[in-house]
Amino acid sequence: MPDLSGYRTEGRQLPTGGCRLFSFYDSELFSDIGTVGAFAPATFVGKVMGMRTPLYQAHVDAGAKIVDFGGWDMPLHYGSQIDEHHAVRQSAGIFDVSHMTVVDIFGAEAKAYLQHLLANDVAKLKKPGKGLYSCMLNEQGGVIDDLIVYRRSDENYRVIVNAATRDTDIAWMTEVVKGFSANMVPAKDYAMFAVQGPQAIALAGSLIPASLQADVAVLEPFQAAEADGVFVARTGYTGEDGWELVIPTDLAVSWWNKFISAGIRPCGLGARDTLRLEAAMNLYGQDMSASVSPLVSGLGWTVAWAPADRKFIGRAALEGQREAGIGEKLVGLILRGRGIMRHDQRVTTPAGDGVITSGGFSPSMECSIALARVPVGAGADCQVEIRGKHIDASIVKPPFVRNGKIQIIT
Amino acid sequence: MSEIPEDLKYTEDHEWLRVEEDGLITVGITDHAQGALGELVFVELPEEGQVFNKGDACAVVESVKAASDVYCPLGGLITDVNSNLADEPELVNTNPHEGGWLFRIAPESEDVLETLMDTIAYEEYLSGLED
Repeated sequence: MPDLSGYRTEGRQLPTGGCRLFSFYDSELFSDIGTVGAFAPATFVGKVMGMRTPLYQAHVDAGAKIVDFGGWDMPLHYGSQIDEHHAVRQSAGIFDVSHMTVVDIFGAEAKAYLQHLLANDVAKLKKPGKGLYSCMLNEQGGVIDDLIVYRRSDENYRVIVNAATRDTDIAWMTEVVKGFSANMVPAKDYAMFAVQGPQAIALAGSLIPASLQADVAVLEPFQAAEADGVFVARTGYTGEDGWELVIPTDLAVSWWNKFISAGIRPCGLGARDTLRLEAAMNLYGQDMSASVSPLVSGLGWTVAWAPADRKFIGRAALEGQREAGIGEKLVGLILRGRGIMRHDQRVTTPAGDGVITSGGFSPSMECSIALARVPVGAGADCQVEIRGKHIDASIVKPPFVRNGKIQIIT
Repeated sequence: MSEIPEDLKYTEDHEWLRVEEDGLITVGITDHAQGALGELVFVELPEEGQVFNKGDACAVVESVKAASDVYCPLGGLITDVNSNLADEPELVNTNPHEGGWLFRIAPESEDVLETLMDTIAYEEYLSGLED
């Protein structure tokens, strides 16, 4: 008898009342609900309506299975998560990601503020429109969140952070900005889409306003263009080409419908998770967290050490870790035996134990894949403990899939 | 709307049971359950000859996004498992009450059957969950 409590379509509430289960936003939904009973029905008191994006009704009308995701009622899939995954790898899909948080930074010291706040260096953004992936660290060097920051002008940046971490992020950013001549303003009244897949730009290109088409046509990866309140960035979370768009709320439904009419398939957060896992893109709360260093989370490349005098928050802690020696690394796993790897399962290697940070089924490879944090000395083989059994797995260099192609020969 | 065949008995944990002519009981998960779990990609079944008590975890169904235990709805000896599911776990999605059965059990006692729901009761139970 499957415990279906993890799949309840309505919001849930802790018995102590009031507090939504924000902290479980990802792992609860997308990782191992196998600890059946952890979310037993008895712990849910009544129905709590989640926050809803401007497209909520469109999702319901399209037959979406709606689930709670970090306090938001979001589409998990519209019938087949696996078909949606393949659509993005082979053609094009569109995701409603309006739950994500957009924060705009203004002021003479906007740049200085972000150089202090972020582990990557916004000085790399040489021209307006360029974007940068970065971690926002605490003083201990743990990851508060991961984000993309865009330079809009010399005194204006746009930061896009996760949905479930919104309150923590804004509180932290508000605290840090006090020392700078800058303002941070959470954006309001927007919708956000991701249009992803090898055909995404070709299918969507003519659907954006004429005033933007020329600029958008020449966007490089991690670059954005904007006009008339429409912001288009050539970024994504799938390993495929495409855009992420921030648009005014009142355009949301009509734009969503016209993208779908153009042949772009609506895709839920389920496919988004399998796509990002195949692309080996970290998921906040699983592959990184406030208590784990980016240096053992496969994110060392996002830390800008130079110039040495840029005192970003967490720098001292990371330097201490580097001097002490980094003992772990984030790797990919491919399961050789039968089963499905899941978040938090133990990995055993001759060099010591590790842990799966994200695991699941790869629709492209038709086997189980995972990201895992293991000792740096781990070799090519390991075992994963799944319900008490040790199953053979191979350690590989991620990503597993990029631009429609499997990257690992199995 | 979930399919709820009339020749089956149902548990509150969304399993169905069918009493076969030879007295064995076939167990699977309901149409409602497979729909809620989503597309299955792996099924771990018990071994023939294993003995379980009522409520023991005896199988695991894994969808793309999550693993869920299946607990034995009544005590007894496993006599048969659906080996087709090793290569075709999706049978549980496409044909939950026939081709997607999980295992057969020789029950210690059939008393439990008296406590299970029929089609109408399970339908009411499901509608209660949606309220």
